[in-house]
Amino acid sequence: MSSRYVRPYGDTTGDGMIQTSFTLPIPYGPKADGAAQQLANKMGMDPAMVVHSNPIGDDFTFFVVYGSVKHIVDLDEVKVVEREYPLLSPSEVNTTLKKVLRRKLVVVGGCIGTDAHTVGIDAILNIKGFAGEKGLEYYRELKVVNLGAQVSVPELVRSARAEKADAVLISQVVTQRDAHILNTQEMSAAFREAMGDKRPLLVAGGPRFDPLMAAELGVDRVFSRGTTPGEVASYLVHAMQEKKGVAA
Amino acid sequence: MALLDLDPKVVATARKLAARAAEPVVSIAKAHTTVAVERATLRLAGITGADSTHRAGDVPWVNRVIDTVREQCGLEHGVVLPAFHALKEHDLGTLTELAEATAAGQIQFRIPEKKDLTAAKKAATSAVAKGLKTVDRNRAQRDKLVQKLGDPAQRPWIYLIVATGDIDEDVVQAQNAARAGADIIAVIRSTGQSLLDYVPEGATHHGFAGTYATQENFRIMRAALDDVSKEVGRYVRLTNYASGLCMPEIAVLAGLQRLDMMLNDSMYGILFRDINPIRTFVDQRFSRQVHARAGIIINTGEDNYLTTADAVDAAHTVTVSQLLNEHFAHEAGLPDHLLGLGHAFEINPKVPDSFRLELAHALLARELFPDAPLKWMPPTKHMTGDVFNGYLLDGFFNLAGVLTGQSILLVGMMTEAVVTPFLSDRDLALQNVRYVLNAAGSLAEDFRPAPDGLIVKRAHQVLGEAVDLLERIVDDGLLNAIADGTFGLMKRPADKGKGADGVIEKASAYFNPASEMLEAQA
Repeated sequence: MSSRYVRPYGDTTGDGMIQTSFTLPIPYGPKADGAAQQLANKMGMDPAMVVHSNPIGDDFTFFVVYGSVKHIVDLDEVKVVEREYPLLSPSEVNTTLKKVLRRKLVVVGGCIGTDAHTVGIDAILNIKGFAGEKGLEYYRELKVVNLGAQVSVPELVRSARAEKADAVLISQVVTQRDAHILNTQEMSAAFREAMGDKRPLLVAGGPRFDPLMAAELGVDRVFSRGTTPGEVASYLVHAMQEKKGVAA
Repeated sequence: MALLDLDPKVVATARKLAARAAEPVVSIAKAHTTVAVERATLRLAGITGADSTHRAGDVPWVNRVIDTVREQCGLEHGVVLPAFHALKEHDLGTLTELAEATAAGQIQFRIPEKKDLTAAKKAATSAVAKGLKTVDRNRAQRDKLVQKLGDPAQRPWIYLIVATGDIDEDVVQAQNAARAGADIIAVIRSTGQSLLDYVPEGATHHGFAGTYATQENFRIMRAALDDVSKEVGRYVRLTNYASGLCMPEIAVLAGLQRLDMMLNDSMYGILFRDINPIRTFVDQRFSRQVHARAGIIINTGEDNYLTTADAVDAAHTVTVSQLLNEHFAHEAGLPDHLLGLGHAFEINPKVPDSFRLELAHALLARELFPDAPLKWMPPTKHMTGDVFNGYLLDGFFNLAGVLTGQSILLVGMMTEAVVTPFLSDRDLALQNVRYVLNAAGSLAEDFRPAPDGLIVKRAHQVLGEAVDLLERIVDDGLLNAIADGTFGLMKRPADKGKGADGVIEKASAYFNPASEMLEAQA
């Protein structure tokens, strides 16, 4: 039976041990170590051991600190998006889609804004796939249109319309000045304006997205780090079933 | 050397095929000019500055002139004839004054004839020659400094990236990196600069994931590295990016400000930025001619293929691209010692024998291009955010670099794919490099892969696959191969892509003194 309250585990239950490292903008020496100790204490590490420090140039010092944190995690207060749909195999995805739609499901994807990092969208869409799972191109009942990098929002909307997309997948890796959030909001607003309720399912993915942000971003679903093509395909099936269920 | 026992006949065949594949593209490149080539030419002729009164923000003067010339009399004869004719006709002192008058709507450009034509050609030639003289002076100055201060004590040279977005912060980071052992500093550009059809002006302080490449930023950083070079007692080199829609112009600015290395790939822009293929090949040829003149080492971008394709399945596409890059570079006048051909350590670490496969690929590149300063690039695709594992992977990457005699080693960051590197990440990464270089020492002397072992066999296999692919490219045509997604799985048709409208077919009376002088050097 798992308990509601947990602490970090070093080598003994409840010891609260963690490890962290950081740099302070002060010269190397005993005073620097003391400063690191103070920071660790303020972070809730008590006792804290500064196990290593070394100078980086004349003005900076790097530290490795081990210690026990006094904080306790209350699992009842942890809020995450739990997957509310079953994980399907590619053949299950194909059969279900065939039954529900009686045609191929059209997916349009790309990296929007100035983002040129296609690694995420390619991992999901390209037949090559990710983590041993084949990408969406592999699924017989999916038609995938990968627009690649640096797709403008109007271009994306145009393509989605031309392809009669059921779902639009966008990927965002670059996060400077919240570019990923602003780009995604711009995208969802553009779809709402252009197509209203008839808009395709909007899915955003990227390593720095929080799955809880779907509403804020104006999209139907957010996928974060480590998502596999199978999870996305299973979600698309689930969402299509829901949609049909409502319509029927 | 010669640990792989490659068949010289197969190697010669591979080179011959690369040359044949490239030939039609070189012809196309010679028959066209682009707005960027014309802008680069005017920059060599001395135009500087920007129109700060334009409502769209600063527009470089060179763009104002080129756009107006194109509107009024086309660019198929080159920009210099109408520009230098107008200069004389209106009795203006400099190209910048001409640009101001152009913006004020006072200039009507036309192609000069007879005596006017001769006069315009002469004036343009002497102006461009002056620009090239500055490039020559910078090259001589670099040679002098290298002689005085010396090259790095060890190979590979240690290549480190800074990217704060603010040139002043970059200076602090770059100087600290040099003090900590970096031999080459690369200033990564702001995301999206490659798709700007102009070069921003002045010192800049707000980039996205990088700092804008501008002439002033180049000057500031080179001066800062000259200072720190004296301090550390070796010549610290500076790298930037001649890629994207302004490839030729940035090549010129690099030559004018004594940059030492430039990223310059024959196909990167096409595949990864969706830039029009013809535009890219025309721009690339001119930019490489400028680099050759400036004595700048180019860095090619084969690492990028492996970020989209699988590093084992697509290993031969790297070899093919290296051979094409080599041919295009030679054709543009770059000698072997300026060819920083790229490759990368990107095999999935979960693949059995992944390290041996990496060694096979790295050694193949080394032996195919014995006189090229190869650029060895660190893992990025399989850096997961587990920084501890990433640090180990970077250690193996460093070891492969030492064992296979790589020339330029781009320092891997354990925080790759997590955050832009912390000061401490960079410091730890350099410690990793120093430890491996020092601990392995001259281990390469003792490294003799078994003649019929996995490493040798794998290298032969990759070379064989590269020859097969080159044969198919020759049959199909390089432009078709690019359109079909042969490289990096990206499909790029020759008539699509950004910047296509900036390509102009040359008229028979096309004149460009820069091209003529650069062509003569090859």
